Amino acid sequence: MDWLDWLLLAARVVVVFFVLLLSVILLVWVERKVVADMQTRKGPMRAGPRGVLVSLADGIKLFFKEGITPALADRPVYLIAPIVSMLPAFLAFAVIPFGTGVTLFGRRVPFQIADLNVGILWVLAMSSMMVYGIVLAGWSSGSNYPLLGSIRSSAQMISYEVGMALALVSVLMYSGHLRMTQIVAAQDRVWNVVPQLPAFVIYLIAGLAETNRPPFDLPEAETELVAGYHTEYSGIKFAMFYLAEYLNTVTVAAIATTLFLGGWRGPHPEHLAWLWPILWFVVKVLAIIYAYIWIRATLPRFRYDRLMAFGWKVLIPFGLVWVLATGAVIVLPDVYGRRPVVIGAAAVLAVVLLLSLLWSALARRRETVEAPS
Amino acid sequence: MAADWIVFWVCAPISIGSAIAMLLQRNAVHAALFLIVNLFTVAVLYLVLGAPFLFAVQIIVYAGAIMVLFLFVIMLLGVDREERLVERLRGQRTAAILLGLGVVGEVVFAIRAGVGFSTRAPAGFGAANGGGNPQALGRLLFRAYFLPFEVTSILLMVAAVAAMVLARRRERPVASAERRAQEPIEPSEPSEPSEPREEEPVG
Repeated sequence: MDWLDWLLLAARVVVVFFVLLLSVILLVWVERKVVADMQTRKGPMRAGPRGVLVSLADGIKLFFKEGITPALADRPVYLIAPIVSMLPAFLAFAVIPFGTGVTLFGRRVPFQIADLNVGILWVLAMSSMMVYGIVLAGWSSGSNYPLLGSIRSSAQMISYEVGMALALVSVLMYSGHLRMTQIVAAQDRVWNVVPQLPAFVIYLIAGLAETNRPPFDLPEAETELVAGYHTEYSGIKFAMFYLAEYLNTVTVAAIATTLFLGGWRGPHPEHLAWLWPILWFVVKVLAIIYAYIWIRATLPRFRYDRLMAFGWKVLIPFGLVWVLATGAVIVLPDVYGRRPVVIGAAAVLAVVLLLSLLWSALARRRETVEAPS
Repeated sequence: MAADWIVFWVCAPISIGSAIAMLLQRNAVHAALFLIVNLFTVAVLYLVLGAPFLFAVQIIVYAGAIMVLFLFVIMLLGVDREERLVERLRGQRTAAILLGLGVVGEVVFAIRAGVGFSTRAPAGFGAANGGGNPQALGRLLFRAYFLPFEVTSILLMVAAVAAMVLARRRERPVASAERRAQEPIEPSEPSEPSEPREEEPVG
């Protein structure tokens, strides 16, 4: 690597950083507009054409607001918590390939900041760091509601991380790679969402919980906790939390796109061959974000114990079973061959297993309906 | 090579500094935060040493999961007040200093005398890592060391189940009695014990 490589790397980092920031500004507007549309309202209309500058106006307002530090706050932690909550989302984006790349100055420039050979684990690591911002914010505020919110969130995020990890495990078993570019390359014929549909669903649900989006926004449930972990934050520090939440959403959607929807893959003409993959990537990310907004506009917030029960008793067992099934599909044909008899027997076995699970679930439900405790 | 060198000299001082800061910190949460910084920089050093899998796992397991649990416990139990620096065991501090110096001495001796891997690269490291470090590790864990690996995982699982069984809530009457004992006595209604509360499910 010489200086030009370093320069190109730095350029990519800067471009990704600012594009992410810009995307958050747009995303806030998109979310408000989509939710308004679903509720037959108009949404923000004043600032800019069709209100597109609304989040810019919000940002300016927050920037010039007085920043208040509570008297009981733990100052250093209180100040770094918003920054800590933003960092993982940016860092996780580093391994995501958002295009094929171009040839500049006679060298290949991939549209990806770093192609780590443990890319998927890096994503997992960063999603496990996401909880710190919230936990530290809640603790350092020196106030009860933020503390309750942060304790809730740490329990929630740790729980759903397990489900998310199981979804990622089955994807990496299926594609056989940890490197993000290779996972995308392995989806050249069929996107992972087809063979790995259950993992995709698990990932999306766990992603909702990881980003604290409704209906899993328990850490900031305003009916119970005022505003949860960021109750005591104001001005630019509050803006950082806001930014972090939307950044996390973008990152989760981008990861889902890369792992399940074929990343930047899509049919495109030969003209401007470097541009089309980026467009495909953006379109897919937007589709997932749209689904998230849709869910937010549709579902009420979960009760906290229901949330934990769903995570531990439904999502994680289901994820485990799916990892097992994926492993069976990968390994068994190599051991027993691909004879129709074997495949048929396996299919029958799978159906019987599924039916028995369903039956026991129904029986349990009948029991609780008949004998309410 | 130069990049490795720069990363090392950036991370190593931060790592040592945060470790010392963790020891000197009286506030439990601050100490935990310095420990997180330390774990992170050590993870980066693993990456520089050519162990990317260990790097990722260090962040996921230690910096991500275990430290979150630490913070969780610290916050939940409210032990975030400053620790008093009074020796509980006599001679503990002297013993700790002596033993610590002993460990430092051992490390210096090991490097000086060239014991183990301190001067030469481990034999067959490059060959074992062929085809990628995570892949090589997976192959070793799930082929050569399959039985010990599974036994360890079962051991950990038993420990987790045992912890849950031991920490489980007591029977209902005891719990409600405990609760009643903890409840502050309202001055306005001195003669009314909280009878109806027994009906409430605990938890």
